[in-house]
Amino acid sequence: MSDPMRIRAQAQGSGAIVRVLMSHEMETGLRKDAEGKTVPAWYITEVSAALNGKTVLTAHWGTAIAKNPFTQFTVKGAKAGDKITVSWVDNHGDKRTDEATVA
Amino acid sequence: MPSRRQILAQSAAVAAALAGAGLLPARAQSAWNKAAFDAKSIDDVLKALGMSRPVESKDLTLTAPDIAENGAVVPIAAATALPGAKTIAFLIEKNPTTLAGVFEFGDAVESSVATRVKMAQTSNVYAVALLGDGRALYAKKEVKVTLGGCGG
Repeated sequence: MSDPMRIRAQAQGSGAIVRVLMSHEMETGLRKDAEGKTVPAWYITEVSAALNGKTVLTAHWGTAIAKNPFTQFTVKGAKAGDKITVSWVDNHGDKRTDEATVA
Repeated sequence: MPSRRQILAQSAAVAAALAGAGLLPARAQSAWNKAAFDAKSIDDVLKALGMSRPVESKDLTLTAPDIAENGAVVPIAAATALPGAKTIAFLIEKNPTTLAGVFEFGDAVESSVATRVKMAQTSNVYAVALLGDGRALYAKKEVKVTLGGCGG
């Protein structure tokens, strides 16, 4: 099981800035280990974010997204107390969902 | 909270729209666009994403460093105030696979996103936005990489 995401959602103006830091290796499948064997690709392919259960953002990622991916976006009309849920799926089919409250 | 039924209907609609645009290989279950992520050149990616002939635009801003000391973590961001810009893709010209990521915005999200990417070497970085009317805009910036981010 992977480590939890760190999600911070900050109300600002009429919306909220959401910052997400996921914990994932994001192997490209091109790197070689010390014995010269290729490390198999292992990366997040799909990310979605929801405000109070309603999906507001989806993203499809390739291998070029950095290790322990960071993403920032702005949700319009979100106010303090609203719930932001972020989930991802990687190419092994692993999933993780975490939730934060707008502050 | 939307019901599971609504969510399923929504994702089916998205998949249908993508399939209609010729984006989905027949066997793919999800909307993850394998052809686009496997593509090795800007043109191939744009073709696979259905973004035809993007034009350079000042309305789309791409924020990236001039020099990235560590290619493994390069912060980039793109934003546009144009209404109807629902998709932004990041492309890195000289990476082994050109497409880094595609972000699709719902109505409740501003068309702006920041993330971090890996860059193998000094290259042009493109942000391409697809507008509601089918037009595509791009912004590009060269990022010099001192230390590549793809192993080695």
